[in-house]
Amino acid sequence: MSTHETKGSGLKWVGRAIRRLEDPALVTGQGRFTADLPATHWVRFVRSPVAAGTIKSVSFPDGARVITAADLTGVKKITPMLHKFSYRPVGQSILADGQVRYVGEPVAIAVASSEEDAEDLADLVEADIDETPPLVDARAALADGAPQIHAEAPGNVILEGKVQTPGFDSVWDRAAKIVAIEARSHRQNATPMEARAGHASYDPSTGRITLTCTTQMPHLMRTAIADLLGMRESDLRVIAPDVGGGFGQKMSLCAEYVALVWLARKLKSSVAWTEDRRENLIASFHSRDQYISLEGAFDQDSKLLALRADVVSNVGAYSCFPTTSGVEPLMAMAEMPGPYDVQQYQCLARGVLTNTCTMAAYRGVSRPVITFTLERLMDKAATAFGIDPIDIRRRNLIGTFPYTSAMGLVYDEATYKETLEMAVAAIDVPAFRARQQAARARGQYLGIGFATFSERTGYGSPAFAARGMAITPGWETVHLTVDPSGFVEARIGSSPHGQGLRTTLAQIIADEIGVAPDIIKVIHGDTDTAPYGWGTFASRSLVISGGATLLAARKVRAKLLKIASHMLEAAPEDIVLENGSAKVAGTDRTVTIAAMAREAYTQTHRFKGEIEPGLTESGTYDPPGTFSNACHVAIVAVDIETGFVRIERFLVAEDAGRIINPMIADGQVHGGVAQGIGNALLEEIVYDESGGILTANLADYMPPTAHEMPPIELHHLETPSTQSITKAKGLGEGGSIGAPAAVVNAINDALAPFNVQIDEIPATPQRIRAALRDATNSARSRESGNLGATL
Amino acid sequence: MTEKSTITLTINGHDHAIAVEPRRTLVDAIREDCGQTGTHIGCEHGICGACTVIVDGEPVRSCLMFAVQAEGKAIRTVEGLAAGDTLHPMQQAFIDHHGLQCGFCTPGFLMLAVGVLEREPDISDDDLIDVLSSNLCRCTGYQNIIKAVRAAAAEMRK
Repeated sequence: MSTHETKGSGLKWVGRAIRRLEDPALVTGQGRFTADLPATHWVRFVRSPVAAGTIKSVSFPDGARVITAADLTGVKKITPMLHKFSYRPVGQSILADGQVRYVGEPVAIAVASSEEDAEDLADLVEADIDETPPLVDARAALADGAPQIHAEAPGNVILEGKVQTPGFDSVWDRAAKIVAIEARSHRQNATPMEARAGHASYDPSTGRITLTCTTQMPHLMRTAIADLLGMRESDLRVIAPDVGGGFGQKMSLCAEYVALVWLARKLKSSVAWTEDRRENLIASFHSRDQYISLEGAFDQDSKLLALRADVVSNVGAYSCFPTTSGVEPLMAMAEMPGPYDVQQYQCLARGVLTNTCTMAAYRGVSRPVITFTLERLMDKAATAFGIDPIDIRRRNLIGTFPYTSAMGLVYDEATYKETLEMAVAAIDVPAFRARQQAARARGQYLGIGFATFSERTGYGSPAFAARGMAITPGWETVHLTVDPSGFVEARIGSSPHGQGLRTTLAQIIADEIGVAPDIIKVIHGDTDTAPYGWGTFASRSLVISGGATLLAARKVRAKLLKIASHMLEAAPEDIVLENGSAKVAGTDRTVTIAAMAREAYTQTHRFKGEIEPGLTESGTYDPPGTFSNACHVAIVAVDIETGFVRIERFLVAEDAGRIINPMIADGQVHGGVAQGIGNALLEEIVYDESGGILTANLADYMPPTAHEMPPIELHHLETPSTQSITKAKGLGEGGSIGAPAAVVNAINDALAPFNVQIDEIPATPQRIRAALRDATNSARSRESGNLGATL
Repeated sequence: MTEKSTITLTINGHDHAIAVEPRRTLVDAIREDCGQTGTHIGCEHGICGACTVIVDGEPVRSCLMFAVQAEGKAIRTVEGLAAGDTLHPMQQAFIDHHGLQCGFCTPGFLMLAVGVLEREPDISDDDLIDVLSSNLCRCTGYQNIIKAVRAAAAEMRK
């Protein structure tokens, strides 16, 4: 933030694109990331090279420090729990104990005095494993007679959600048209630029362990690891320093961090591990591997009456903590109807265990997949009715609020129709259609695709409790202090890692207590100094931690007014707080906040017991949740010879309620859209039949570069949320939710002359070419009556 | 462990006498032997560019170079970009245009962009995007990185 923006009176900080307080350290190389810490011992995890099998022995050179499951006696298994949906708890040993269940599962730990030596030692560790046939695909794992991955989960189904609204059958039976899609979302890795890293150190004076790790939820890591190791929680401090992106991958408990704490206690020393990129791609958490069969029942006016969904989510080998492997299938079930008014719904959502890396949250969770599926369905329905894809959305989007969905979710006021119209106008559809026709005449194929969606954000503990989670996150607490020198410190339980929360929370506080944001320090990511909280995920921090901040700031404001009233001998209602001072309105009587703060700590005898000493207040906030929304539009050019897709234009019309800092909000949308474009076109974790990963480096697993990104055009509406005291809604995930659907709808529009349907993401050149080849072949064989024609 | 060689690395004008194994990469030497942790490691296989530093005027991936190969060369890292308290125009532009979120890839992008613009101040927009596509960022979608680098390029030409 530059000082020239420091305002005079009357201007609010909230709503302004001030520069981030985080940035000066990060642009000068003074960020502090986990891997920057020195350590006495380094570890390398020896990982299973096979997807399924029984460990016969683990051998290593005599005298080498190698830890195996046999050493970890008394350490509990990671066993996440859901109390609903026929959930079968399965346990994960910190090191594979007897069985291995995916390529990359930790089998042993090589410990040495440097990272290189630990790698050398790891190469000498041999795990003799009796291989058994693996299950890689979720549908194969569901087949009769498939091998059983965990004895506790018969048929490899770890959970099963089922719902049917009472009127479903009768509405289904009288539908004019049923439109169906078989959608496939392949597997992704969130791929934060900083992979996982952990550093555990032992303090001989207290016996405490400090675990520094690149996590999104430090307090829950402390709770979970202390539980597993049987430690007192007060003997463990967890620090999330600067964290190099997370996107959900860093919100789950990693067995590796448990092992580091165990080792630091055993060695009474410091122990570090920095994951390499290959490990991250094969053995950190995966996501999005789903099959969804979705059918929509429409009346003769193309009004959607009912939806029927079958969700098969490949959850990998174990269940992730704390969300459990319900995170994807249950989100899909709860939010499948999306932004549409449809009151009848039937869904079967299953989480299926396979011999693959464990699935966990990734930006948007299931919503990129369900939005892709539903928005493809709406386009297919438009075709079936012979109407424009925009019109079918106009007919079906929710327009009255509050709206209660078929699943009982209450949608607060949003702008589904308005953002659609905004996007339609801005992209100039008639001009595009003319250009598309002209291009087709030249043998060039352009397409336009729309995606409208809702984004449930900022939901508190009731929403998580509805899933039956044994661990129910939700609320946030903020401790706000004005110190004796007049500087302000907010200690928060959220744990931002790129979202700019130190800046946006400072803006909220600044308006409330009348100081500039640059004297406000937001402290987070250390369980010794921050209040217990749930961290940063699920587009929650600005809403929930922001709400707690506002509540705490209101209390500090009230106390400052009391002190000012005492010091200025005026009624509190006559006093305004601005520019770092309290002022009696209409007079020149002022006192600085610094002077009031000094008084609050060092001159409390003057308060005569009427005001409590000190200047610290707390706020806790646990809101019900609020829906953001957006319409994404993509215009693409598809090269039919190569299957290459170039995105010409990408437009977002979004509404995330009141915007605290527009610069930061736009940045969140940009980043989300980029990940969505990766999801649509490029990124896929590919397993071979033996359960090995073919995409274990960033040349084969391809996040977008600057080259693949079109300029993103943003349009905003601000519908203040009634379900969030700052009136802000969350917006961290929306970009990633809408983009895959918009891009793939555009590809299908471009290829409309060929009568192909691309219902699979990523829509790679190979898949597009295969679809075109198939279409050409079937057209030829229709023409010639020759079934053998090939291209 | 193989035998170590004694070498001197010159980083941001300061000499660091260190003993490294021949297999030590430049980025590990910069971070661990010379204590300059502003340069980050993102992939160790030359794709992401988080470890980009400038060696004798050229941006290089310091994970693909051995420390012993850098002896006698002028190495510049993110810690050397600012002149005292005055930020380099590229650093200022990244702040002004929100060209970073988590900040992990940022040192690599700063060194890549500075290295290229020092060599080619009038680089075309298309070529600039080509160059910036050498590095990966997972947070920003590149929109504001491109904006920041264009702004810094204009400032650096002044």
